[in-house]
Amino acid sequence: MADQTRSDIALLYRRAGFGIRPDELDALTGAGYNAAVDGLLAGLGSAPDPGGDSVTVPVFHIYQRPPKNFTQAQRKAADAVYATELRDLQDWWLNRMIKTSTPLREKLTLFWHGHFATGVVKVRDAKLMYLQNQLLRTTGAGPFDQLVQAVAKDGAMMVWLDTATDVKDHPNENFAREMMELFTLGVNNYTQDDVVAGARAFTGWRYDRLAYEYRFVPRLHDYGSKTYLGQTGDWNGEDAVNIAVRNPVSPRFVMAKLWSHFAYPVTPAEPVITDLVAAYGPSMNLTSALEAMFKHDAFRTATTRTNLVKQPIEYLAGAARALGLDATADRTGSSPSHGSGRPLAVIATALGQTPFNPPNVGGWGQNAYWLDTSTALVRQEAALFLAMRADLTSIGSIPPSQRPAAVARMLSIDGFGPTTMTALAAAQTNPVQLMALALASPEYVLA
Amino acid sequence: MAMISRRKFLTALGAASGAAMVGGAAWGIDASTQRSAPRTQASTSGPLVLITLYGGNDGLNTVIPYTDPAYKAARPNLGYDPSVVLAMADGLGLNPKLTGVHGLWGQGKLAVVRGVGYPNPNLSHFESMDIWQTANPADGAGTGWLGRWLDATGTDPMRALSVGTTLPLALRGQSQSASAVTATSINVPGGPQFEKPFTLMQAPGPDRTGLAGQIAGSGNNLIKVKGQLDALHTHIPSTTGPPTTASTPGSPSGAGRTRSAGQGTLSASDVTAPLGIVAALINAGSPARVYQVSLGSFDTHADEKANQEKLLANLDEGITSFLDAVAANPAGRNAVLMTYSEFGRRPIENASGGTDHGTAAPLFVAGHNVKGGFYGEEPSLTHLDANGNLVFNVDFRSVYATVLEKVIGFDSKDVLGGTFPTLGFV
Repeated sequence: MADQTRSDIALLYRRAGFGIRPDELDALTGAGYNAAVDGLLAGLGSAPDPGGDSVTVPVFHIYQRPPKNFTQAQRKAADAVYATELRDLQDWWLNRMIKTSTPLREKLTLFWHGHFATGVVKVRDAKLMYLQNQLLRTTGAGPFDQLVQAVAKDGAMMVWLDTATDVKDHPNENFAREMMELFTLGVNNYTQDDVVAGARAFTGWRYDRLAYEYRFVPRLHDYGSKTYLGQTGDWNGEDAVNIAVRNPVSPRFVMAKLWSHFAYPVTPAEPVITDLVAAYGPSMNLTSALEAMFKHDAFRTATTRTNLVKQPIEYLAGAARALGLDATADRTGSSPSHGSGRPLAVIATALGQTPFNPPNVGGWGQNAYWLDTSTALVRQEAALFLAMRADLTSIGSIPPSQRPAAVARMLSIDGFGPTTMTALAAAQTNPVQLMALALASPEYVLA
Repeated sequence: MAMISRRKFLTALGAASGAAMVGGAAWGIDASTQRSAPRTQASTSGPLVLITLYGGNDGLNTVIPYTDPAYKAARPNLGYDPSVVLAMADGLGLNPKLTGVHGLWGQGKLAVVRGVGYPNPNLSHFESMDIWQTANPADGAGTGWLGRWLDATGTDPMRALSVGTTLPLALRGQSQSASAVTATSINVPGGPQFEKPFTLMQAPGPDRTGLAGQIAGSGNNLIKVKGQLDALHTHIPSTTGPPTTASTPGSPSGAGRTRSAGQGTLSASDVTAPLGIVAALINAGSPARVYQVSLGSFDTHADEKANQEKLLANLDEGITSFLDAVAANPAGRNAVLMTYSEFGRRPIENASGGTDHGTAAPLFVAGHNVKGGFYGEEPSLTHLDANGNLVFNVDFRSVYATVLEKVIGFDSKDVLGGTFPTLGFV
């Protein structure tokens, strides 16, 4: 029973966080699984995060739109500033994930980054991406309607999906469509007429990129009557969001997205979603939904354990956390001696998941999306790299036959199957190789 | 410039000694060794070599309507003078940097499909590129068009190879993907002593079902591709130097990275090295039916002339060097190169010496046995759409249907979800 509780809490911390160290797991096991869930939920909202807040926030320049007459050299200089700030921002977030004391909030932020996928490649302003990231962190467990309202007025989102160019005479359909298709309802739950009406509702929305503030410009807004998702009225952008999140299909869509990323991929029709929707309720309470999900009997099952692959960012942050490394793969607390810097963000890109730069508005895929020959090779290279940087004396100091089990404990997984054990046996005299193999094993690559 | 590119190309081919090399003959591979090569079963069917041009290449300054007064009117600064344009026919000519491609045109080895696009064009790079890569003009959602071909034709990881660090959506299916390589061979990281445990780790086993099986399977595919590449290398004569070897660029230094001297890191702004790798693989008898390489960025909102010319010169060098290199190889002679970009650019130049996002554009199809000439109509410069952009007249899925049916040899309906008329370039 204690072993099962231990395994369940390790699963919880892999999904709701970035893994758990063996001593932390020992400490939590006595109080039981539900107490562990409650502890994670207590770190949502505005709870203090001494670990995460110990990471220094990068300094961002004030955004200046490059003048039309910029020379090539001036553009290059501006691009260099932007590239530096983006790298700092990526390191900052990865280090937060590695050091956070409120892992669920950090993991939920990563989830919303994929849901409200916004790419810096179009936004081209690290500060806007930072502000969106903070918004997802502070509002991500609140009522869902408030989250979507805030994201709709977020500067990075408004640039990314062109809301900031939406004018009465020429409504831009981009945000209205994706808000329904990707954020609130799902494909085929709206019509092109709804898209056109929604775009009209968002006309007049602007973002002041110097003040970093949302503005409403009445003269650009279409005050005419609009029929949108079956309701007719003089709808504005806030109305468009409210009507969408209160549409009957929305709760199942949102809850299925949550379950798919924390447990395993499902469609909104899956029976388990009914239980999450009940907890989510008419107030769209995301914290209640998270509690219902993690405490659901279907969460702590073999189905959950075998049906989700770690996405690269959580894979790398989790490995670094377990091995005592930071985002530059230096040992936490040691002076930066390697010099090369920021390999985690570089590896994440090589694995196909650049922080702050999802491939498109649909975000990243799941499971098979992360499995191809290139990622298999990069994953093994990354695993060797991290293992070489880690302090593995605790592994090297015990008899080889006990090492695989000790590695599994370090990585917060239950253990290894016979096929993996055969491979590990071939490397167990070499702690670096053993750890590198374990990090690339199916048991660890599964979430 | 040209000399540097040429050297890079030779380096990618493994000609580390820098010895003179005349086309594919330097590989010493002829049809008889191809047919006797074990494992590879090289066929004389040519592969498709897809060249992705990221950023939206300006079609009007690639295949230039230099006799059209509307072109000069739209491009007072960016327009090319008729005296420098490489004349073709129909009042069209090539960008001055495309000298090699112009030579192919003269030999009847270059097809230009004009005005390629899709209905309701999307001016977002990302969405339009997704549309092209999924062949889904509605919203660019779903699997890649070549990924669907892979899904339907078994599990051999050597059917399609993408040269580069990331695997484009076009080559990702539901359960199958192309293999991504960055050299003509793969080195397992960690040195020779790590190879055995690494291989054991990818083994199938009764305890590895579902996703765990797929995770091991991707590693197993890596080993299979490595094995096939290693086998191919036994057919590369040693006189041309050692095979290039690299692990994935972008990986951190010190992470078991090995790379033979002379092979630079692949760059997103160079297509000659990736095409050199493709040529070497084809000459060595690689069974892949599809290769993918990419070049960018063509997003020339400002200072277009210098930026686009640099990229087109690189493309020109890549295409002509590739065709030279495979000229003596039966599969290479039937290889079909095809360029595409997510969109062309707006006819009217902007105030920054560049052009903004556009729509329809020409694409190149080149090969020794390609039927050269123009396909499709040149879009009108005077009847533009509401955004001032060109109106397409060849659906890009017709081009896909053509290469699926006539190059890859697969029923295009199964991939494209409909029937599109094929073109005559192969």
